[in-house]
Amino acid sequence: MSTHDEMTPGAEEQAAPSGPEHTSGLVPRDEVRGRHARAVDDIVPAVDGVVIEADDHEFAPVERITPDSTVARTYDDPFPNPGPPHHEPRRTDVDPRAARRADRQVAGMFGLATLLLIGFIVSFVAVDMDQMISLPLIGKIGAQNALFGVTIGGALALVGVGLIHWARKTMTAVELVEPRHPLRSPEPKREEGAAAFRQGIEETGIGRRPFLIGGSLLAALGGLLTAPLVLLRDLGPLPEKKLRHTAWAIEQRIVYENTNEQVKASDMHIGTLVAAHPLGVEDPNRLAKASIFLIRLDPSEVKSQRQLDWGYQGIFAFSRICPHVGCPVDLYEQASHHLLCPCHQSTFDMVDGAKVIFGPAARALPQLQITADGEGNLMAKGDFTEPVGPSFWERG
Amino acid sequence: MKPRLLRRALDRLGEAAATSSSEPAKARRRREPLRRHPLAPLLVLFIALSATGGLYALLSPGRQAAAASAQSLAIEEGRKLYVSGCSSCHGLNAEGSSDGPTLIGVGAAAVDFQVATGRMPATRQGVQEPKKKPVYTQAEVDQLAAYIASLAPGPAVPAASDYDTSGANVAEGGELFRTNCAACHNFVGSGGALTGGKFAPKLTGVDSKHMYEAMLTGPQSMPVFNDETITPEQKRDIIAFLNYINTAGDPGGANLGRIGPVSEGLLIWIFGIGSLVGVTVWLTARSS
Amino acid sequence: MSTVERMAGGLGTWLDDRFGVARGARKLLRKVFPDHWTFMLGEIALWSFVVILLSGTYLTLFFKPSMHEVVYHGSYVPLQGVQMSEAYASTLDLSFEVRGGLIMRQIHHWAALIFVAAIMIHMLRIFFTGAFRKPREVNWLIGNVLFILAILEGLFGYSLPDDLLSGTGMRILEGVLLGIPLVGTYASFFLFGGEFPGQLLIPRLFTIHILLIPALMVALITVHLLLVFYQKHTQYPGPGKTNRNVVGAPFLPIYTAKAGGFFLIIFGLSALLGGLVQVNPVWLYGPYHPAQISAGSQPDFYMGWLEGALRAMPAWEINAWGHTVSFSVLVPALVVPGIFFTVLALYPFVESWVTGDKREHHLLERPRNAPTRTAIGAAGVTFFGLLWLNGGNDVIADKLHLSIYAITWFTRFALFLGPVVAFIVARRICLGLQRRDRDKVLHGRESGIIRRLPSGEYIEIHEPVSVEERYVLTAYEVNRPLELTDAVDENGIPMPNGRVHKVRSALSRWYFGTRVEKPTPAEYQQLTAGHHH
Repeated sequence: MSTHDEMTPGAEEQAAPSGPEHTSGLVPRDEVRGRHARAVDDIVPAVDGVVIEADDHEFAPVERITPDSTVARTYDDPFPNPGPPHHEPRRTDVDPRAARRADRQVAGMFGLATLLLIGFIVSFVAVDMDQMISLPLIGKIGAQNALFGVTIGGALALVGVGLIHWARKTMTAVELVEPRHPLRSPEPKREEGAAAFRQGIEETGIGRRPFLIGGSLLAALGGLLTAPLVLLRDLGPLPEKKLRHTAWAIEQRIVYENTNEQVKASDMHIGTLVAAHPLGVEDPNRLAKASIFLIRLDPSEVKSQRQLDWGYQGIFAFSRICPHVGCPVDLYEQASHHLLCPCHQSTFDMVDGAKVIFGPAARALPQLQITADGEGNLMAKGDFTEPVGPSFWERG
Repeated sequence: MKPRLLRRALDRLGEAAATSSSEPAKARRRREPLRRHPLAPLLVLFIALSATGGLYALLSPGRQAAAASAQSLAIEEGRKLYVSGCSSCHGLNAEGSSDGPTLIGVGAAAVDFQVATGRMPATRQGVQEPKKKPVYTQAEVDQLAAYIASLAPGPAVPAASDYDTSGANVAEGGELFRTNCAACHNFVGSGGALTGGKFAPKLTGVDSKHMYEAMLTGPQSMPVFNDETITPEQKRDIIAFLNYINTAGDPGGANLGRIGPVSEGLLIWIFGIGSLVGVTVWLTARSS
Repeated sequence: MSTVERMAGGLGTWLDDRFGVARGARKLLRKVFPDHWTFMLGEIALWSFVVILLSGTYLTLFFKPSMHEVVYHGSYVPLQGVQMSEAYASTLDLSFEVRGGLIMRQIHHWAALIFVAAIMIHMLRIFFTGAFRKPREVNWLIGNVLFILAILEGLFGYSLPDDLLSGTGMRILEGVLLGIPLVGTYASFFLFGGEFPGQLLIPRLFTIHILLIPALMVALITVHLLLVFYQKHTQYPGPGKTNRNVVGAPFLPIYTAKAGGFFLIIFGLSALLGGLVQVNPVWLYGPYHPAQISAGSQPDFYMGWLEGALRAMPAWEINAWGHTVSFSVLVPALVVPGIFFTVLALYPFVESWVTGDKREHHLLERPRNAPTRTAIGAAGVTFFGLLWLNGGNDVIADKLHLSIYAITWFTRFALFLGPVVAFIVARRICLGLQRRDRDKVLHGRESGIIRRLPSGEYIEIHEPVSVEERYVLTAYEVNRPLELTDAVDENGIPMPNGRVHKVRSALSRWYFGTRVEKPTPAEYQQLTAGHHH
């Protein structure tokens, strides 16, 4: 069995590959392959089989508050550190032709990147923005955007790959070792630091009247941090009762969401669902709360008496704002009379007072009492009787 | 050919009546309804009179008889097809059974939509019938539709002019689509989930006619968008929007199914992070 | 001396004359960085952040953060004549009228997705290898804050275009704020400047998105990197590598070239994606309107787990004494992430308390060698992943034709069962792997060569493992549970904090009760001796 320690790297190369001695089994500790060298406090190349590390005693004592002494012991590695493996030279290290080829590859990538950047300028000037191009797998896409991606992206990636290829093939491959010292300062230094700090505090004289100066300073600092918070007050108006009312009022006409035309009772067929809002309301803040949908059902299918009473000839108006977190509830399954919120799938039973039958919403959709005027135009009988939309602390 | 002529004539009539109550305004909001225009009743009267006149000319006794006999022939053929292909679920007289709903009053449009898109006849008792290759030819579909339409009045099959989108307003259609359709079909009609494994289908590669019929009849889980709530013109706008979106391509590149951030997240995790991790392995591996 | 070297020398002299840089240069420029692919994951996050800064700056040149309503007259046909906010209109103009604007927007968005994803895998690496242990707990905390900031930054960023999808997200944010007891309504009114949606949200988000959070992140990233530099990078145990050294490549040139190249590759990938794959196509979503909604409204992936929590939560709301508490919102949107981030941040301290380990650690642990930690991580990933999946329950239901309710019900149960199962399975796998390592050290590797013994018996030849591998397989700690020292002292007086000690030793037993002992040299010698003779 040979020990690598006595070998120069050159000699080792001629020695047989490391097979045999690896199979040789356990080596007594004093004969280990890995030789421990004392730290030179410097960065040095890794040498085959030599473990360089900071001094042992610097890391001691092991701070471990355990009554079980075996814990510290298990930290010891049962088999010694064999030291860095032998550095195998790369092809580019031994074969000058391989090195030259690698250089050419790197330069080729850099050159190709430059060509692509020229392509980028050309596509900027020569290709129309709205030009489309059909590509297999990808589909019909914007030609200029795609060219930009391929040219800039390609150029960036090529320079990147070139740099890494260069680093891997022809820059040094020797590993370095740097000793690592414990982050805590040595005991005397700690003492010195602590003493300097104590001295500094002492020299302020704060110890004499800690409450007078220290206390008042703390109070002032606290004030400095908190007093400016009042500046945030005018970020918005106070909520007051704003969340309790919507734009609906007595005899407020109902219009289609998109066209602002009045909804007539005769427009609605059984199974129809339309989005609507109050006539003349344009402000998004008011629309966001007042948005409703109208639905016409066969009255004989409706189970809730209140729902029937609040509707008009089987037409019912409900708030469109989910009582969970406020998405417009609009996913209606006509066959089952289930209305879903597309956001979180709260499901409301439209033939039973919009009761929740699934999902996170905790309340039924608020219903708007409606009737029709003499011309058959639908209108509200008043505002909602409860706040619409998500729950809030003051809702009650 | 004659029954078709007749139907088209009837459809035109229906269309004329429908357009009389809508108007071609383009403004999105603040639109003054035409029917509240002081001259609107006069206009309606005029259209009604001319339609009656036209109808009289069309259905003068001789033609009427020929058309009627062709129509009854189509109905009879349709009834035969119905009895052999549909009655096991929908009942011998279309009265419905536990396996299928009644078809009385659903109208020719519903038949044309369900059968011509291959949804009917159903292949299995699933939660929802998907679009598939149609079993019947269009001529047979027309006969079936004629038979069902003869049982009770219902929405007729739209004429080509009904879903002709030339001159339609794509942007208006987009607004209508996002208000009325996107909740189920997704913002550009890529489809979406309903409850219990049902789904709102993708709207790519759907015939304009079938889109129109679907809005009109509300097949399966879909609500009805009758002509009073979504006017024929608005329906054409919606169809124009979908046709535009489906053929315009994607300026930003591969569209990942147009289903929003889920597919973007999948791509970045699988392809983006996957390839970058590949790069890290390459750049830290020892060169040989 | 080449020209390059002469120029570098000149520059060095100039700098040293003024700043005395030469003093530290040797150590600094030749500083050692350990090489392992998992050490590059954080770098993906770093470089994608740089890409985000660059592309984002470009976007600010064109974007108008205003909610003022305008009518669109640009070149995108399906929106011509439609009313929209200036923010949305300027996003369309930036995409369709500015050459290169679209790719910059898409680079920005793709890089943001890469950024958050990279933070997540980077954190997983740190967690599963124990890199957060002393002395790196502070950097773990900084990383946690960066993670939360990145999520918020993403949320506010994709909300800026004021499109239908992100506006829906803001509406949900309003609902969540309203759900906070006591101060919720005020918080919401102050953020939105009144009732939803108001006129102020987008400009405010803009300031937060381009100034406040990025400035914080740049500062924290700087500290994060300085700490890595100062404390030196951890390394995996291996031949020549110990707790008291760093083995690797020098900062200049290897690390510089590789890191620089990696940055360009990440930039290049973002640009390729930005050119060829469409992301956040706001023109398809339409402008935000409070009465509109789309099926499959999803947030970006890093908000997906919160969305999933909102979807999984059953209805639960309390009305009492004139007040409403909506647990349907409170639990998924605030309690779940609150607990998740707290546990994540405190984990290093909890583990060090349970193990009683106060030493410096610079050697990483293989996940299998810390079975309980790995199992806890697996449970956390499972919990997070289930919420995440549920955030896409509608897309899953649609694509696989499943019942959306069934998926939600599955998630509701799996959220409690899944992590437990994952914990048990992961710990078993870890212990199994440890046993296999032990066997490998003692009995060698299965060679695949079958030999027939004279007795007619067939055996597989085991090849001994190399000295290097044997070292790697055994260079770790086997922790033992802390034992409760005397609960009462010699006078029979109970120890102070006796209960705390009991909890601590119980936890410690749970952590380290089941373990696989490392092979000892004696065992090895005995076995190999038997083999050879």
